[in-house]
Amino acid sequence: MTQKEFLNIVTPFKDKVFRLAKRLLVSTEEAEDATQEVLIKLWNNKKKIGEYKNIEAFSMTMTKNFCFDKLKSKQSQNLKIVHSNYQDHNVALQKQVELNDSIDWVDRIMKDLPEQQKLVIQLRDIEQYDFKEISKMLDMNETAIRVTLSRARKTIREKLTKTHNYGVR
Amino acid sequence: MVLDNIENLLEKYENGETSLKEEQQLKDYFSQETVAPHLEMYKPIFCYFLENQQEQFTKHLPLKTKKVFNYKWLSVAAVTVLMVSIFNSYGKDVISQKDREDYGKAKAALELVSKHFNKGVSKVNYLGTLDKAGEQVAYLDEMNNPMGRIFKNN
Repeated sequence: MTQKEFLNIVTPFKDKVFRLAKRLLVSTEEAEDATQEVLIKLWNNKKKIGEYKNIEAFSMTMTKNFCFDKLKSKQSQNLKIVHSNYQDHNVALQKQVELNDSIDWVDRIMKDLPEQQKLVIQLRDIEQYDFKEISKMLDMNETAIRVTLSRARKTIREKLTKTHNYGVR
Repeated sequence: MVLDNIENLLEKYENGETSLKEEQQLKDYFSQETVAPHLEMYKPIFCYFLENQQEQFTKHLPLKTKKVFNYKWLSVAAVTVLMVSIFNSYGKDVISQKDREDYGKAKAALELVSKHFNKGVSKVNYLGTLDKAGEQVAYLDEMNNPMGRIFKNN
């Protein structure tokens, strides 16, 4: 397999891998490193790529495991993930400062979610995978995924409503 | 009514029962400029999701084609080196004409030396007769025996 062929396989989902890594690791640099690591692992095992049924799902699972390992080793070393990307929400989508603020709130709320809920929200609401794919990636049954998803969505909405009502911004 | 529909969808959404298509409807609705005031708090959620879909991985991927060292080629190289060295040393072993001449000269000189040496040796050969005479005189020893007996008593 040539580099070009490999890139053709990888390009459609490499951003998804990156976003998933970022969701879990928070820091952009860490997520970039993780993505690189995952893709290089794939490249080194390129002979086996044909054997995998769903290379995208496989990569997502790999990313998830890689990030969990990373977080675990961080925890055991008692290090905090340092990230400097607090301000990267300057997409034209939100014009009002107010909305911008609320989006930051969503970001903060997402960071406080348990890992499993982060994963499910990321895969469903952001990457828009169907439940079958998610269950393959996370090795969970669909009902469990729905429950986790529902919990996460409710938490986000409740917390956001609270900040809305208190006017704490 | 659209709003009714959206409210329904939101409820389903929070229970994790919406399909991807329905979720897309919600995203479309909340990405509008104005939404119903009592649903305002949902707006940032869906905007956040949409925004997060945009992020891209831009870092360069260093894809090295891993070079696997093939030991087969090592043996090929070894055999080549062996053959080249044998060939070279074989060429050196061939005796040159000058060497042959030198060898012949040395041989002739040594032959000359040995011939003269043999001549000298043959001249000294008559010493052998001296040995013979010596043997013949050896019987004198026997005379010592009776003499010993004679002089025993003294």
